Order: sequence, then structure tokens, then C-alpha cells
Amino acid sequence: MLSFAIRRVLQTIPTVLAVVLLIFVLFSVVPGSIVSSMGDDGRGPTDPQVVERMKKQLGLDDPVYVRFGSYIAKLMTGDFGTSFRTREPVTAMIAKRMWPTLQLIFAALAFAVAVGVPLGFIAALRPGSIVDTVSMVLAVSGLSMAKFWFGLLLMYLFALKLGWLPSFGYGDGGLKNLILPAVTLGVSPMALLARTTRAAVLEIMTADFVRTARSKGMSETRVVTWHVMRNALVIILTAIGLQFGVVMGQAVVVEKLFSWPGIGSLLVDSVLQRDIPAVQGTILVVVLFFLTVNTLVDLLYGVIDPRIRYA
Amino acid sequence: MKFKMIAIAAGLGLALAAAAAAQTPRKGGTIRMTAPYGSSFTSMDIHTTPRAQDEIYAKALHRSLYIWDSTEGKPVLELAKEVTVSGGGLVHTFKLRDDAYFHNGRRMTADDIIWSYNRIMDGTKAYPGARFVRIIEGAAEVEKGQAKEISGLKKIDDFSLEMKLTEKVDPAFYFFTALTSIYPADEGGKEGFLQKPIGLGPFKFVEHVPGSRIVLDRWDRFYKPGKPYADKIVISLMGEAAARDVAFRNKEIDTSVLGPAQYVAYQADPNLKGTIVEVAEVFTRYMGMNPAFKPFSDKRVRQAINYAIDADLIINKLVKGKAYRATSWLPLTSPAYDKAMKPYPYDPAKAKQLLADAGYPNGFEFEWTTSQNESWGLPIVEAAIPMLDKVGIKVKVKQVETAVLAEVIRKGDFQAFIYSQATGPDPQASLKCFHSTTPQSACNYTNFKNTDFDKVIDEAGQTDEAAKRVQLLQKANALLFEEAPIWFFNYNKAVMAVQPWLKGIQLDATELTHQNVEDLWVDDTSPAK
Repeated sequence: MLSFAIRRVLQTIPTVLAVVLLIFVLFSVVPGSIVSSMGDDGRGPTDPQVVERMKKQLGLDDPVYVRFGSYIAKLMTGDFGTSFRTREPVTAMIAKRMWPTLQLIFAALAFAVAVGVPLGFIAALRPGSIVDTVSMVLAVSGLSMAKFWFGLLLMYLFALKLGWLPSFGYGDGGLKNLILPAVTLGVSPMALLARTTRAAVLEIMTADFVRTARSKGMSETRVVTWHVMRNALVIILTAIGLQFGVVMGQAVVVEKLFSWPGIGSLLVDSVLQRDIPAVQGTILVVVLFFLTVNTLVDLLYGVIDPRIRYA
Repeated sequence: MKFKMIAIAAGLGLALAAAAAAQTPRKGGTIRMTAPYGSSFTSMDIHTTPRAQDEIYAKALHRSLYIWDSTEGKPVLELAKEVTVSGGGLVHTFKLRDDAYFHNGRRMTADDIIWSYNRIMDGTKAYPGARFVRIIEGAAEVEKGQAKEISGLKKIDDFSLEMKLTEKVDPAFYFFTALTSIYPADEGGKEGFLQKPIGLGPFKFVEHVPGSRIVLDRWDRFYKPGKPYADKIVISLMGEAAARDVAFRNKEIDTSVLGPAQYVAYQADPNLKGTIVEVAEVFTRYMGMNPAFKPFSDKRVRQAINYAIDADLIINKLVKGKAYRATSWLPLTSPAYDKAMKPYPYDPAKAKQLLADAGYPNGFEFEWTTSQNESWGLPIVEAAIPMLDKVGIKVKVKQVETAVLAEVIRKGDFQAFIYSQATGPDPQASLKCFHSTTPQSACNYTNFKNTDFDKVIDEAGQTDEAAKRVQLLQKANALLFEEAPIWFFNYNKAVMAVQPWLKGIQLDATELTHQNVEDLWVDDTSPAK
């Protein structure tokens, strides 16, 4: 298992390097720069002398290969560079935003797992029933709904009409402020998990070992909890692992809507204002997070199903 | 009868007393403002950022030598009690306040102003405020690294400062924004300053949750007696208009900037109609035409564009009335605005005639560069296309991001562009953008060159008489209107919804969200009283 873990970690290195190169090239060719974004609210002309000095100071006029070399050299030492906008180290900026994003993602996935998996199970155990139909209608609706619109609906209902929850903001980082953004973000993975679970359970229910268990006189509850659930978990876990990345991407919209201070809203503002070091750093952290979660999921397979062995 | 008279008199007295009490600023409570232009503040070092979003918090935390007075409609002294002008209008001697204290408890002196301006001119740092401070003699030398200190700034004593300018201009227009805020000497350069900025403003820094909010507490040693009224200010970052709308209706925030769609909705809602405040901001929306593109080098073509587009229709139907029709370059709130000016009327026949006279009887095609902005971007271009088509002018749309648009304009890499530009508060500086000596990269985006215009602007810059200057600027403005280097579209109508319990809102024509927060107060109906 240890050698597998080491191998998986090593496998991520080319991925990370490819991502680093891709982001760098992409933001080297897109038009606009932090300098041009400074005057984009039209409050006054950007002073040409300041523009020239700023370009020099930030190295914007240096050839791409010089900038890339300098970026990679810094990256090797764990330095993500200095933000063009805030003039703070990018690592410090991301560190401030990481915890709220993690809070939001884990809460969203907790909601998705807590609702989606049982929903899928119940639907699969009564295929074709009214429970199954309602569950799947909910799941499809959850998958189809635009986050922005759904978030607004939740705000309208739970903040404006019922007055139970605040409509926006981080507050003191407590549950009250977390619920609405987490549910908004969690509804898609919830729907997907419900459908995945249903499909997995339906398939396993017809497997030979389940039929054997039943023929041995095992109770239905024991068949479901001992055989079906355990085998379905491998598939569900894979889906959850993949959803981490999806949810992290979707957090951009939700964080902006709810004024949630995570790295999603940091990324949006950094892209709009062409704060290249912040964009590169943020995307890199997202990629690393996604790779880490997926490696952990790979390792968990063996724990859930001892038949899985790592070569 | 007598009793009845007494009762009426007593009732009237009580009513008057209640009315007076209602207008007496109440101490305490929290003001909950919003920063609507994005989901973050750029920096806690206000010298580094020219964005409107950042000045919202800076108005609470910092102070500059001058401040915008919305009632007067001009910048007035803030950190100085008086100023005397000598040396042919170039030397300004300020008698500084001796009661202004930084949030670390230290009293402000002339050294702090000198230190702050020297910092802004640090040539290795590219502070955007340099364009203002450069007006002081010797500032450019500091910027170039040829001098260590601005020679035109002289400390007479702790509370007297002499400032020698390079041009005869009103320094008030140069030193009232947060870009030239005064920092405590030396402190501003320290590492921890970004984490806990110190200023001279009515509120002191408490916390900044990046991407969420900034919280400031009342500064008890603020120099204006009895002010600020509120105990605390919370400025929430809310870039999404729909989310702001819900939060405002839910009474979670005290102010919300409204876009065109919300403006209509709020006007139609009897519960919200009374919350609307609006002001003509000093921003002109226009289509700039590049004279290097042959058809636009002809004045008649440029005028034809102005006649061909029904700007009133676009303003009423598309912008939902959230703008004022532009009648020239200078906006309604400009001191040199000429009320007698009339906009180009919608007259396609005249437009066609002008095009024919200019040698384009069948029209021509041009590329129009635009951002997606709802008030001065793609929707406006799309509305104008059929109108231009009617006179034979075809449009090819080139869509770019707002940040890219600014660069495109600065470089002159366009045939036409649509933009919103600050056209105030200083009318002289705004019109000088069209002076032939102003580079395109600075603000002469349409590369306008006209000797008559130059002469009038130069004359306005030389005169000492305020009335004559206004007259000359109006003349220049009219000349510009006639030459039509741009399509004059509209002046922004800034609209904000303000909860009924928040009092003291100022109609700031430079930017409605930039409130002098020490004058704001909340009455006891506020949920955050």
C-alpha cells in the first residue's frame, strides 16, 4: 500500500507541471493586464508613466520564457509569488481564503452524501415505486438547476420570507451563515450521488453473491447492509471523490453569490483584474487539492473492499 | 375654548419638538454599507489602488488634504484650516489642523504629509496617485530617482506646509481622493501596515475578512466635534446585484447600489420607492471615434453618427431611464456645464445628408469595440446597430473584457469604442484630455487635435478669474460638441437604495458610494441600532 501511495504521489507531478505550464501560457496570451484593469472602472485615466513603471516593476514586459523561468524557480521554493493587486504574498492570500472554502465544500458534500445516498438507496430498493419516481425527479431537478438561480431561491425563502437564516456573508464562520451556500453548492452532487447510488444498488441487487446470500436464508436487511451497501460504497466513494473537484469549481459562483470569502471569489476577481500570480497560485492549489482527494479515495478502496489489492 | 387653544398649541409644540428630535443625529449603532463593485477590496494600502470599490472603505479609514463636499459640489479643505495662495498662483501655504490624530494616537504634522507624498512618488513602486502629486514642483524628480524629497514641499513648522506647484491649478482637485491619503510617517512602510492600516479617518480598522467584509470602529479622537455618530461600520462585499437586492429587502444592509432593472423594480414598489436616492455622477458614456480610420476623420461623418442614433430611446427603453442624455462632454454636475446646450436630435435624414456630403452616400462599415457592460457596453451597441444601419452604416462588433477595453483604448487599437469616462469633477482637467498635447495613452483617446480648442483651453488655464475660466471652458465644451469626436450618449445617473433609518446620505457626484461616513447616522428603527 505504501509503495502504491508513493507511486500515486509521483504520478501527480507530471500533472501538476502540465497544469502550471498550461495556466502560465494561457494567461500569457490572453489580452489585458493588471495595468489595463486599473482603469477599467473609468474613474480616471491611467497615468502613462505609472503604467510604464508598473510594467517594469512587475516584469510584464519581460519575455515569456524569462517570466516562466522566474516563476518556476520561485515555485520550487514554495513561493507562489506576490499578488499584483494586493502586493501580498499569494500564499498568504490563499491561506486566508482556504478555510472558508474547505468549510463550504465539506458542508456541501456532507449534505450531498447525507441526502443523496439514502435517497438513491431507497429508490433502488423500491424500483418503479412512487418513492423511486419522486427521488429521481428531485435528483434530475437538482442536476439541472443553475446554482445562481437556486441560491437566490433559497435566499428568498429562508432569509426574506421565513427569516430563519442570513441571506449572505460569512458572519463568524458559524453554521447559520454556512447552511444556504452549502445547500446551494451541495444540490448537484446530492442529485448525482442519488442517481449513482440507485444505479449501483440496482446492479448489485441482481449480482450472484446477493442471490446466494438470499438463498442461504439471510434477512433482507442483512443482505442490503452487509452485501449490497458495502459493494456499492466503492462506486459511491469514487463518485464522491470526483465531486470534490466539481464542487470546488462550482464554489466560484456560490461564493460570489453569498459573499463567501473563499478562494473561488478570490479566483474570479484575480482573473478579472489579471492578477496573474494570484490566478496561478489559486488554480494550482485547487488542482493539488483535487489530486490529493483522489489519491486518498484510491487508497480508501482497499479499506472498504479488502479484495482490492494494490499492485 | 381656551383649553382647546392650549391643547392645539401644546400639540403643535410637541410635533415640532418631535420633528426636531427626528432630525437630531443619533449617536451609536452600526452602519451596514455595501461595496458593490466586485467581491474583494484590492488592497489595504490605499495608495496602491485607484478603484472606486476601495475608496468606499478608505473614506472611513483615511483622510486626504481635501475632501469632496457634496453640498458645495467641490473639494474643500479637510486636513488644513486655511490656505493662502501666493507666487502667482503657484505657491499654496496650508495652515494644518493641530487636532488630527492617527489611529495609533499620534498627532498629524506636516512631516506626515511630506512623507506620504514622497512615498507616492517612489519611482520604484508605481503608485497611481503619482499623477496627482506630480503637480508639486520637484515631485517628478523624486519619481525619476533624481531626488530623495519633493523640493516643492516645505515644512514651515509642525502645522504649516508650503506647496509649490508646477502649474496654476486648484490643488483641491488633485488632493481630495484616497489615492493621496495621509499616512503616519514611517508606519506606512512597515510590514504590519497592510494587516492593520492606520489612518486619520473617523473610523479605525478592526478586521478585514478578504472577500467578505471590513469592520471599522468609531475613532474617538476624530477631529470633527461630536462625529462620527455611529459606533461601527461594516462594509460588506456584495458584487451580485440580485443578492444585494434580497439582503436589502431583508434589512440586512443599509445601502445598495441599483442597476437599471432594479431601478425600475424599486420605483414600481411602493415599499421601496422612498428608499431611492439618485445623482448625476461625473461620468460621460460615449462612443469614441478614431480619426485614423478614414471616415471618422471627417467631422460630418462624426456628426452624422450623432444624428443617426436615437439616444433618448436607448436611455428610456434599455437603460430604463437610469441616465441623463448627454448634451456635451461635461456632465450636468460640472461647474462649467452649460444648461443652454441641446443634444444632437435624432434625425436620420440629416445624418444621411451629412454622410452624402462627406462622400459616403452608401454609408460604410466600421468595427465597434465594446465590453459587456449593461449600461455602456454590448446591449447599447446592439440597440444602435439597426439605427446606424438605417443610414447605411454597418457595424462589426468586437467584444472584449472591460480590463482589455481599457488597454485597447489607451493604445488606440480601435476604429470605435464605447466607454464610460470620468468627466469631472475638475472641468479643466477633463477637457484638457482633448488638448493636442495630451497623449492618446493619457486620456486623449480619440487623438483629438484642434488648434482653436487648444487656444481656449490654454487661455482658461492662464486666467485668474473663476467666472472667465468657466466661460472659456463652456466655449471649449461647445467646440468639442460641434467637432463631435465622440457620439455623446449619456451621463450616469447613480442610484442607491438607502434604508429609511440611515440618515445623512450625501449626493456625491464623483461617486455616490463614496460617503463621508462621519455624517451618517442611524435612527432607533435600525435593526443594528
